[in-house]
Amino acid sequence: MHILLGVGGSQLSYHALEETIDRAQETDDDLTIAIFDNEEADTDAEEVRERVESTLSEAGFEASIRYIGGESPGSELVDIAESEGFDRIVLGGGERSTLGKIQLGSVVEFVLLNAQTPVTLVR
Amino acid sequence: MSRTYPDEPAGEFPTPPRTVTDKEGRDVELVPADEADREAVVAMYVDFDPADRAQGIPPAKEAGIRDWLDTILDGDCVNVVARYDGDVVGHATLVPDRHGEHELAIFVLQSFQGAGIGTALVETLLGQGQHAGIEKVWLTVERWNDAAANLYRKVGFETSNAESFEIEMAIRL
Repeated sequence: MHILLGVGGSQLSYHALEETIDRAQETDDDLTIAIFDNEEADTDAEEVRERVESTLSEAGFEASIRYIGGESPGSELVDIAESEGFDRIVLGGGERSTLGKIQLGSVVEFVLLNAQTPVTLVR
Repeated sequence: MSRTYPDEPAGEFPTPPRTVTDKEGRDVELVPADEADREAVVAMYVDFDPADRAQGIPPAKEAGIRDWLDTILDGDCVNVVARYDGDVVGHATLVPDRHGEHELAIFVLQSFQGAGIGTALVETLLGQGQHAGIEKVWLTVERWNDAAANLYRKVGFETSNAESFEIEMAIRL
């Protein structure tokens, strides 16, 4: 399978990164990691890239890394998945507030509503 | 990300302790709660109908409920419970977020729903919040949950964000 993983820099997106690498190592899936600047996370794309690269090298796994820019990372993810024939989009999804309520961010919401490919949310 | 609050503060809300008679004629006591009430609150959530869970809370299993209540019954939070015949039948809480604003949640046991306890409990919680000097309270509610959204609107909450899966509402105390 060709997996497209979106990483925007939230804690949950790094958790999804680790889980997806673990799984891809077991199944021998092809992994592409799309880095974007999630305005809901306090970080930037360069920091996210460093974290992604160090996580990959610690795991001894290779994946292609690319940036997605633009106003709507969700829309870009959906377009890439469709135009390049990915089998699945994976995202961290379902951040909890201090009170404990799960909320979906705007990128996840856009992807869930618009993707033609299966979507996996990791939490 | 900043949240939009109504310009005008809401009026004064009633403070606990108080007793209200619900539509079934049951006298329900609304009282402040803290760590000392933990076991009674746990018992209510263990009895809670899983279909009434909202956005992942309360947790389904007792161990999860206890972990969750560690946060909720902490001294930083404001809690009010509804008691009937010694048992906790409803619980409402204000939990500080990292911006110093407070998120509200309320749960009422199924057998006490639709009898006016929810409204009285939210009003009394907001009264306790005013007493504690809290100014900004927000909540999210699932889009399909008209009963809850109407209750919050009646109490004075205004919709602050309707673009997501959940509707966000806010009130200024």
